[in-house]
Amino acid sequence: MTVPPPSAALHAPVPSPTRQPQRPSGRQRAFAERTVRKIRRRRAANVAMVGLTYLAAALATVPLVLILAHLLTKGASSVGLDFFTQMPKPVGDAGGGMANAIVGTLIVISIAAAFGLPVGIGAGLYLAERRGTPLATTVRFLSDVLNGLPSIVIGIFAWEFLVRPVRHFSALAGGIALGAMMIPLVTRATEEMVRTVPTSLREAALALGYPQWRTSLTVVLRTALPGIVTGALVALARVAGETAPLLFTAFGNQFWSTALDEPVAALPLQIFTYAISPYDEWHAQAWAGALVLLAIVLVISLVARFATRARYGGGGD
Amino acid sequence: MTELAAPARTAAGAPALGTGIEGSPVGDRIYRVSIAAFAMAVPLLLAAIAIAVFAAAWPAFRTFGPGFLTSSRWDAVEGAFGAAPAIYGTLVSSFLALLLATPLAIGVAIFLSEFAPGWLRQPVAFLVDLLAAIPSVVYGLWGIFVLVPLLRTHVMPFLANTLGLGRTPLFSGPAYGPSMLAAGVVLAIMVLPYISAVAREVLLAVPRSQREAALALGATHWEMIWGAVLPYARSGIVGGVILGLGRALGETMAVTMVIGNRHEIAASLFAPGYTMASLIANEFSEATGDLHLSALMAVGATLFAITLVVNAIARWLVWSVSREGAP
Amino acid sequence: MIVAPLAALVLAACGGGGDAKAAGGDGGAATSRSSSVDLTGAGATFPQPIYNKWFSDYAAKTGVRINYQSIGSGGGIRQLSEQTVDFGASDSPMKDDEMAKARGGPVLHVPTVLGAVAITYNAPEIQKPLRLTGDVLADVFLGKVTRWNDARIAALNPGVALPAKDILVVRRSDGSGTTYIFTDYLAAVSPAWAGGPGKGKEVQWPVGLGGKGNEGVAGQVKQTPGTIGYVELAYARQNRLSVAELRNAAGNFVSPSVETVAAAAAGVAEKLPPESDYRLSIVNAPGPNAYPISSFTWILLYRNQADPVKAGKLVDFLRWALRDGDSTAVALDYVPLPEALASRLDQRLAQLAPASAQGAK
Repeated sequence: MTVPPPSAALHAPVPSPTRQPQRPSGRQRAFAERTVRKIRRRRAANVAMVGLTYLAAALATVPLVLILAHLLTKGASSVGLDFFTQMPKPVGDAGGGMANAIVGTLIVISIAAAFGLPVGIGAGLYLAERRGTPLATTVRFLSDVLNGLPSIVIGIFAWEFLVRPVRHFSALAGGIALGAMMIPLVTRATEEMVRTVPTSLREAALALGYPQWRTSLTVVLRTALPGIVTGALVALARVAGETAPLLFTAFGNQFWSTALDEPVAALPLQIFTYAISPYDEWHAQAWAGALVLLAIVLVISLVARFATRARYGGGGD
Repeated sequence: MTELAAPARTAAGAPALGTGIEGSPVGDRIYRVSIAAFAMAVPLLLAAIAIAVFAAAWPAFRTFGPGFLTSSRWDAVEGAFGAAPAIYGTLVSSFLALLLATPLAIGVAIFLSEFAPGWLRQPVAFLVDLLAAIPSVVYGLWGIFVLVPLLRTHVMPFLANTLGLGRTPLFSGPAYGPSMLAAGVVLAIMVLPYISAVAREVLLAVPRSQREAALALGATHWEMIWGAVLPYARSGIVGGVILGLGRALGETMAVTMVIGNRHEIAASLFAPGYTMASLIANEFSEATGDLHLSALMAVGATLFAITLVVNAIARWLVWSVSREGAP
Repeated sequence: MIVAPLAALVLAACGGGGDAKAAGGDGGAATSRSSSVDLTGAGATFPQPIYNKWFSDYAAKTGVRINYQSIGSGGGIRQLSEQTVDFGASDSPMKDDEMAKARGGPVLHVPTVLGAVAITYNAPEIQKPLRLTGDVLADVFLGKVTRWNDARIAALNPGVALPAKDILVVRRSDGSGTTYIFTDYLAAVSPAWAGGPGKGKEVQWPVGLGGKGNEGVAGQVKQTPGTIGYVELAYARQNRLSVAELRNAAGNFVSPSVETVAAAAAGVAEKLPPESDYRLSIVNAPGPNAYPISSFTWILLYRNQADPVKAGKLVDFLRWALRDGDSTAVALDYVPLPEALASRLDQRLAQLAPASAQGAK
């Protein structure tokens, strides 16, 4: 059997391109039209749904823009140097600010973070790694229930356990109450993000000789970090603005105080007191306080994201 | 990365504990015990609160019996308490909030993870997350001064007259402004960042391979999202929704300022109502009678129980949905 | 990561803390726990602005720092009972069973200022201040009088054009001393009210929307035409709401003001028994010029004080406020106590802490 030389194929006759294609039958035409229509429908659906998500994003930012505009128009004029350096003044006295409340908020959310973040991240790791066991299922369920408790109930019981026995209010009690509120959010974020880390990554680390604890803490956690940070920041943002738990624990303070075992001022408390008063000048201070609170949360978010971004580049894309 | 070098060895030539390829028994044990301990903190905390709530609520339950859950009468002077309108209001306002917020939040999350250009993603994400930081009293006051008048003068007449829904029981009745609808809208805004934050992170974590596979099969962009990305992220999104639900069930200040605070069960969304959390917040500071305080704690205990039940239902839904066609 | 910068801020703040930003120097004698404030108090929201002013002025004058937070009258009573604060404040007097539960023994009620509950409404069509009587008002809040141009309202306001609209009632959703004062008045003037909702810090309202707090009711009335509600006078003033004139026990229509409220309390001191505990109600007071919905607000403290130093400071403050706080009170829409009552209280307080030699002169 002779194999035609390669050159033969190069010189083989080329089929004429002018050969007429057969006319499509009715069925083929109908099928083609249906397909074209289906593709057009799919494309239209695509455009519509994409448009809807753009709309959703726009709609979601509308309330924030409205509220910010409201705060800015009413409160921006009160945010000045005085606001950051003065103590609250009574009605009718000029000046006056919320310096003690700003520092008090920072103290209280630091305590909350110190208490809530380790517990939340630890619990989230447990839930992700021991998924399916009865204890994990129970803990996850109970964490959601804890999230649903009104903040005032948490405040009442923080009062019962942390204030009443010692007969005085304290910043520490306030921080712990807020920390307890942070736990479910941080737990949920940690669990979800740790679950998204591919098992291949974990297995690779283990194959390289990392013990399990090191794999979890340095490889898995680090990979899931941006998402965990988001969860932690949302949790922090929420507790930074909570009033009810602080009413019965940190109590509030007209004067400067940074001691952990004494009542301390806090922005949400001060905002609340001023907002429910009849005086316009106090209302303006309340709005200014809300602006400063948002700014604090924003700054903390920026710092946290910067600190965790700089380590390595990008998340699980 | 010292483990890449030859594992350290003791003088006898056996691998040193904690550095060998067989793992690190001590370190692992400490780790496992620690995270278990942290995880146990949640049930312990909840148990402590639950015991205290139910103990304080017991006198009221004993006095009123199951009628506490069905009676609409709340009279502090006479000492008769019934929480039915509050229970109804909590469930309806939370459900409404989730109904409004979930599509919006998922839409935002999809936008941020799929379509937003890099420079737009962070700012918009920040903005949406910042909604979580606004104190509830600010939401409440904004609700009174901006949202409720807006609803009263524009949205409610639009729904009732222009859309003709005024004849349906859900949108009937006079439009005062403070209403279940107002509460639902405020709660939806407050709940949005929680759902959106978790959904966004989970969507971003979907592997590129999934997306590329769908596109390679000829899917449009939306079909890729719907068919390949969302199912992968489904349980995470549901987790975010449950977080939002929790917030909605427990929100006090903002809701009480816009819901009208009336102890009444009404079918219409335009009618004022009440929620359990607002009830506690409104009356706790001033209540001094033993039975009154106990009744408030009983409302708290009921809210506790309802949160348990609603979460259980949500979990069951997730489980039953994910059984068929799990990703 | 997150905690480190915050902790640094906190430490820096601690370094600058405890300075004399708020007042000059520390208050003198050592307290049982070294503390940045000398006294802690909690309670009613109504007097919070004037108490704030007084504490600020007193701290500037004597260096004694008093931290007061408005968590509500009931909250104040509870914290005082549990002894987590040094004094409480309430718009409604403690009931006997509440006093029995207080851990530190008998509680002394010290009236500090007077306040008034104003009836506000939003009906721009009504050109002159609306005139109402107690029983008509009660019927409005009972839901029996439902139209602005009801015959009974028209009879009280001859010649005034009344709109043909429904009255929308706004009342309080939360418990409060304001409600107590208002319902106290309604129960006094309307048998139907006394037999129905009765009086209390919160009652079962037959009709109406619930606003949260005085500001909730004021905001609601301001925003919604056709509403009527009740708020502390300062809120009506500050929000520039229309205020109704009420017919008092003497038959005259009065609107709330410093003079009419003070008239309600005039003559009260003379009628007091020698060992009064000052839990007085002055609604529907006699007197030609008296405003019918007036009331005291009280500071609550234990008769037997455990800590003599703190007792001295508290008593000194109270005596100073009763003596020197009048002008600031008026400036903020609060009504000072009548002279006779103030001097009687001064004597009572002097008995409480005779050892305090350093009075604030």
